[in-house]
Amino acid sequence: MVAVNETSRPVRYDVRGLAEPDAEAPKTARIDGDSAVIDAADLSPRLINLELRRLVYGEDIRNVTITNPGAKHSVAVGLLARCRITIDGSLGYFACTLGDGPEIHVTGRVGWSLGENMMSGVVVVDKNAGSLTGAALRGGDLVIRGHVGARTGIDQKGGTILVGGNTGSMTGFMMQRGRQIICGDAGPGLGDSMYDGSIYVAGKVASLGVDCVEEEMGPEDHELLDRKFRIYRMDKPDTFRKFVCGKQLYNYDTLEPSERKLVL
Amino acid sequence: MCGIAGIIHLDGPGDVGREMTKMLQSMKHRGPDSAGYALYGEPKDHLVMRFKLADPNDTSDFDFSERLERSRREVESRLSKIGASVDRVDGESAYAYRAEFRYEGELKPLADYVENIPGCEVLSLGHSLEIVKDLGDANTVAGQYKLDAFRGTHAIGHVRMATESDVDIAGAHPYWAYPFSDVAVVHNGQLTNYHQWRRRLERSGHRFQSECDSEIIAVYLAERLADGLSLETAMKQSLEDLDGVFTYLVVTEDSLGMAKDEMAAKPLVLHQADNLVALASEESAIRAVLPQEIDSYDPYEKEVLVWSR
Repeated sequence: MVAVNETSRPVRYDVRGLAEPDAEAPKTARIDGDSAVIDAADLSPRLINLELRRLVYGEDIRNVTITNPGAKHSVAVGLLARCRITIDGSLGYFACTLGDGPEIHVTGRVGWSLGENMMSGVVVVDKNAGSLTGAALRGGDLVIRGHVGARTGIDQKGGTILVGGNTGSMTGFMMQRGRQIICGDAGPGLGDSMYDGSIYVAGKVASLGVDCVEEEMGPEDHELLDRKFRIYRMDKPDTFRKFVCGKQLYNYDTLEPSERKLVL
Repeated sequence: MCGIAGIIHLDGPGDVGREMTKMLQSMKHRGPDSAGYALYGEPKDHLVMRFKLADPNDTSDFDFSERLERSRREVESRLSKIGASVDRVDGESAYAYRAEFRYEGELKPLADYVENIPGCEVLSLGHSLEIVKDLGDANTVAGQYKLDAFRGTHAIGHVRMATESDVDIAGAHPYWAYPFSDVAVVHNGQLTNYHQWRRRLERSGHRFQSECDSEIIAVYLAERLADGLSLETAMKQSLEDLDGVFTYLVVTEDSLGMAKDEMAAKPLVLHQADNLVALASEESAIRAVLPQEIDSYDPYEKEVLVWSR
């Protein structure tokens, strides 16, 4: 995949668009049958991801544990296969993003933009998460047992975000589809400018955002909540309220002065 | 982007110099332009003043070193003239100095008088605060100013990616809350009503050394503290008065505080233990000094927290 051009100083580039086409997996993982352990203490995020790819795609190992992740950024990114990854510790920004299929369990906490643009799969975080959790999420389940920061599920286009604790301001900002289930309190501006989808909140809501309204809970909502809480063995609070888009921003309801003249 | 970090030992002094270097170095990718420290050693009877007489960007023309030496002597003579008894003045780098002296009067006339010397900027002034800032990453600055040996109770630091003003020492953080003894600020973000506040504060007699928006926060807080407000009240008021996106840390002789704007737009991760509080833009900075598995969380919008040692 590495090409060499015809000038006297060869420039190497990679058709996959990698910044370091020559980077190779460190091959330091301990493989035991169909599972493996990567010690990430001395590895850069790039090397961790290369090693992870080597195991999942190259060696067909579907059970990988990463130890000593040290809150590094962009770990377990872009995995497009069914596999089970356990992160034994905490991760930094962009953890478990762009995935399609993996089931990832993080025993510590994560930074900003957890599971951004995930297509399918499951990510479970035992502790807290930063802001922008599940940004542009397309599918799958994102479960955070602790608290999350601001702008949870911004631009969410599908999937489910389940939060055991509180969320910060502008939760569900510009959300377009999918579901958010928040067991604790939600910060100001909940569901601001959301297009569609539903947000369930069990605790207090500081304030609703523009064009976000409360709706009656139906039997299908209770069925969904019961199912999700059963899957992840979490206690379901019985005070859930449902918030959806008021759809007042779908069309203009005021006319420009020049348009008004035309109408009259 | 910029990275900020703070650490406070609640049960006596620690190696804050070395700890802050580790924290800042792990966030080098957030700001490679300059690194700065506000460190608190044991409080002393005398005052410590950190100042610089030139900038690393200045061209070293033929009489550069003579000019620096003349300026240094001028600083000493001005300190004596205003009534301070100077114990020592040490060169810390080619252009930065550290002076120890005894002085009972007001700090503003003293700082203004010393800064009137061309090229001179007082970086910090207080009984325990020492601000060190220079171009380059944290390891470079710590090596240049020998900060690894610095012991103290608390510190804040900053790695800068310049967005609103030049890459020079004047634009580097932390900012001393001129002319308030022992108060300093680091900031991550942008202030949109900077010029408004700068004009207001200049009209009430304050001077600004840089074009950097973050300097406003330090001087703003200093003015509120001088009005008799507590640190926490002054910080809460700043959330109403300052416009833009920001997370800032402020340190005084015995406390460390954090404040976040109403959008929570800039990151901060906080770890709180019985004997130590560490907070930084990224968790990796906290991990650099506390490698074991710890609990941490992101403070929410409009949050103001203060810890005292």
